[in-house]
Amino acid sequence: MEFIEQLINGLRSGSIFALIAIGYTMVYGIAKMINFAHGDIIMVGAYSLYIFIAKVNLPPVVAVILTMLVCTILGITIEKVAYKPLRKAPSLAVLITAIGVSYLLQSLALLIFKATPIPFSSFIEVPALQIGKITISGITIVTFLVTTVCMILLTLFINRTKIGSAMRAVSEDKQAAQLMGINVNRTISITFAIGSMLAAIAGILFISQYTSLRPTLGTLPGIKAFVAAVFGGIGSIPGAMLGGLLLGVIESLSKAYISTELADAIVFGILVLVLLVKPSGLLGKNRIEKV
Amino acid sequence: MKKSLKKLASLGLVAAMVVSLAGCGTKDNGTTPGSDGNENGGTANESGAATFKIGAIGPLTGEAASYGISVKNGAEIAIKEINDAGGVTVGDKKYILEMKFADDQASPDIAVSAFNTVMDWGAQAILGSVTSGSCLAIKKDTFEAGILQISPSGSALGCTEYENAFRLCFTDPLQGVTMANLAKELGYEKIAIIYNNSDEYSTGILTAFIDQVAANGGTIVATEAFGKGAIDFNTQLTKIKATDAEVIFVPAYYNDAAYITQQASDLGMNLPFLGSDGWDGVLAQVKDPAVLEGAIFLSPFFANDEAPAIKQFVETYKTKYDAVPDQFAADGYDTVYVIKAAIEKASSVESKDLISAMTQITVDGLTGSVSFTADGEPNKGAKYIEIKDGNYTARQ
Repeated sequence: MEFIEQLINGLRSGSIFALIAIGYTMVYGIAKMINFAHGDIIMVGAYSLYIFIAKVNLPPVVAVILTMLVCTILGITIEKVAYKPLRKAPSLAVLITAIGVSYLLQSLALLIFKATPIPFSSFIEVPALQIGKITISGITIVTFLVTTVCMILLTLFINRTKIGSAMRAVSEDKQAAQLMGINVNRTISITFAIGSMLAAIAGILFISQYTSLRPTLGTLPGIKAFVAAVFGGIGSIPGAMLGGLLLGVIESLSKAYISTELADAIVFGILVLVLLVKPSGLLGKNRIEKV
Repeated sequence: MKKSLKKLASLGLVAAMVVSLAGCGTKDNGTTPGSDGNENGGTANESGAATFKIGAIGPLTGEAASYGISVKNGAEIAIKEINDAGGVTVGDKKYILEMKFADDQASPDIAVSAFNTVMDWGAQAILGSVTSGSCLAIKKDTFEAGILQISPSGSALGCTEYENAFRLCFTDPLQGVTMANLAKELGYEKIAIIYNNSDEYSTGILTAFIDQVAANGGTIVATEAFGKGAIDFNTQLTKIKATDAEVIFVPAYYNDAAYITQQASDLGMNLPFLGSDGWDGVLAQVKDPAVLEGAIFLSPFFANDEAPAIKQFVETYKTKYDAVPDQFAADGYDTVYVIKAAIEKASSVESKDLISAMTQITVDGLTGSVSFTADGEPNKGAKYIEIKDGNYTARQ
């Protein structure tokens, strides 16, 4: 019984990691950069939801849509202002810029909302589900449903739509895609938009689970999701999903059955092992770098 | 057109960065001058009174900010009361109290520089630090400076190692023992624990608690740890759920307590909680107070107390800061009165005399009547707070 409950705990945090990891992996696949500000978009999402619900008193559905809109616009703006001018710059410069944007967002949140955590539980009120001796909390059920739907929609979008094919083409070969008449800049913007929208959803689920807002709330899930993306094979969307779920489960089970103190060490140890055996990650493609 | 847009955007970014940098710069401390705003330490002002400078250290920003801000507010009220009544009398001289509060963000490294800041300012006694970790970090410095140090709330055993250091609150081990005895009194025999293994406050209480539970004939059925900054306690709670625990003891701070009680409720657990004094302030951190129903924690101060001195303090505090004072505010208030009593007893403002006067005073404060042992420990009774119907109530 306890094992199943621990598994559910792991899958729940894992599915939030997976949502965030998709953002990292999509951006990497297409723009070939690690967007370290991605974790802070989760934070912006959580604070936006708080403002729309607790301050402006909007109905939940409107608040969720506005929150996703805020994050989407923020994602596109960050790309246009901070990353696009650096498209031809060395990747290190882009990396540093991304870290800078991350700190900028955190400091702004610190200025506006101060460091004291704000208690805020969101609007999701689903009763807990009782199966035999196992209790699954309402928020867990919602998290599972929302992440599953998001992943199915995203997979369909990437594989079935024109923009999706454009995204795949750009990630395969940017120049060839451009020669085929694909608007690369627009495709990159769309990628950032989708990644940020998923981050907004992750932020909403995160704040429903952990009911306390603070300016640094995106940092830890951001880093864990980045690890999940690398674990699953950075650049691969199914890889990010698998990596996120596995990371959550491994973390939860090692906390429960090995040691709370060592849980993080075990997670990262497994990451190192996987990368030693399969440097491109679990589902990553072994690509030969063309010169 | 495109270029100018770019320029505008980068200008905007620069402006935003400047603003955020400016934000970092304002973390510093506030000075609370005597009621007449005397700026020159130790020099006489027009009414013939000198100033006595209290250097206070505690977190005004960061995770533990609520503690530091409360101590600061409480101390400010005490200082104003004393100064309005004419200050502290030493022989035929009057001293006006003045306080500078340096922010240490509850971080040991920053505490050392905060200590240097108040010493450079000319502090004659140290009120602080508010948190244990910072206290341990500065204890050697205050000892070497030979200055009287009273921590309102630093409860780690080592805080009062040196003869110049005193504390107003219970030690961590004493809290552990007291809570173990309370558990026995309430009839709990099987106890689960969730503690922070990266915090000496939490581990200090834990060790003494486990020993005392064993001595009382109880059983610890689960001891679950978490690390600094943890927000997910589902794994630990799920493990406890699988045991036959009757109560969960959480020696931790209010932030952790808020997450733990909320998540326990989400998991469908309805075990009662026992907490340490770090739980004070937990109600403000949860959205739904029902998750805290029935929790009992140790606290030296209770704002709804009917005693006139406490009522008056709570009134003043509410008018001045628009908040209900917690135990840290009361600790800060009492610490200032302890310093006043020490000055009066010693009939001197020399650090050496103040330190030796400490063991001879008894102060009837908001947190109870307190006297001090030569080890720097306070003698006072325990009070408990129980959360009932979403409110703090005194447990009889």
